[in-house]
Amino acid sequence: MTDNKQHQIITSWEEDLFNALKQAEVKQLPYVPDAGHSKVINMAHRDPDIRPVVLTTEEEGVALCCGAWLGGEKSVLLMQSSGVGNCINMLSLISNCNFPFVTIITMRGEFGEFNSWQVPMSSATQGSLELMGLNVQRVDEGDDVGSTVAAALYSAYSSDQRIAILLSQKLIGSKKW
Amino acid sequence: MIRSEILKELKPLLSDQLVVCNIGLPSQELHMIDDQPTNFYMLGTMGLASSIGLGLALSQKEKVIAIDGDGSVLTNLGTLPTIANNVADNFILLIIDNGSYGSTGDQPTYAGKKTSLTDVAKACGCENVVECRAENTLDVMKKALEGNQMTIIVCKCESGNVKVPVITMDPVVIRDRFMKEVISKNT
Repeated sequence: MTDNKQHQIITSWEEDLFNALKQAEVKQLPYVPDAGHSKVINMAHRDPDIRPVVLTTEEEGVALCCGAWLGGEKSVLLMQSSGVGNCINMLSLISNCNFPFVTIITMRGEFGEFNSWQVPMSSATQGSLELMGLNVQRVDEGDDVGSTVAAALYSAYSSDQRIAILLSQKLIGSKKW
Repeated sequence: MIRSEILKELKPLLSDQLVVCNIGLPSQELHMIDDQPTNFYMLGTMGLASSIGLGLALSQKEKVIAIDGDGSVLTNLGTLPTIANNVADNFILLIIDNGSYGSTGDQPTYAGKKTSLTDVAKACGCENVVECRAENTLDVMKKALEGNQMTIIVCKCESGNVKVPVITMDPVVIRDRFMKEVISKNT
């Protein structure tokens, strides 16, 4: 008896995210480490076609992304919501020169946060990015991660758009200590 | 020698190279001395010309010269370990170290006091760091361009500015003409 049922391969949102980066031919992945991004960062370190670049501060990553695009390579900046505050001024470069830009931000300070110190910057993350001219897209469901990242990369690199994707803390899971 | 005199001396070497230049007077001086489509004037945010230069160097084969100042590097010292650990042998970082914040009225920087950016760069893991006097910058840059090793040049010079016009070019134009040069150099 033949089984005609289609076998659906279940992938994690991290795999979907990484596949979206690969399909869009992202070559540089600057990041400040975050637990929420750790699987994607590990995948990047194992992939010979993507160059992960550890940053000392998030604003360095904005500059690296612009430099990469001057040389014709696509990049994505990975950081945590607290890091957004560290790159506000540098986002001027993106709006002034109309650089394409995609950043994927893991959220702290919201769902089930144990550390109140994470809350103020978290609450200001979306507003700060929007004030600096970025289009902010928030993702709460794992199933939406891959398509949102793919769409953002397409929009950014086909028409010089600036997009920040916020991966909610509910999606990532709150940190337990 | 002051920065503008160094840039004048370097002009024949810089004019056909990809150059990412630091905010304020350094960019304005370079623009006045020798505006080229191969110059990317980074006119906002101190300290990140070197990071743009690194991203560019990692993404294509042509040589990239980032021109930064001591004051700017001090605002983004983290750039040095990032450069050291992501080696791009087509990358040259020229730090014009005049010991002062030139664009804002020559206030002293720590690089003009106890802090040696040469030692900092070495301690960060940069392997080819050359400190030179202003008068020797041309020779040091020539060597760096002839070689095939990432080079950090710390050029010690006097502080001082010349009157320069502002750059009125649209930032999008700066980017666009620069990217066209990158493409044509790489094809």
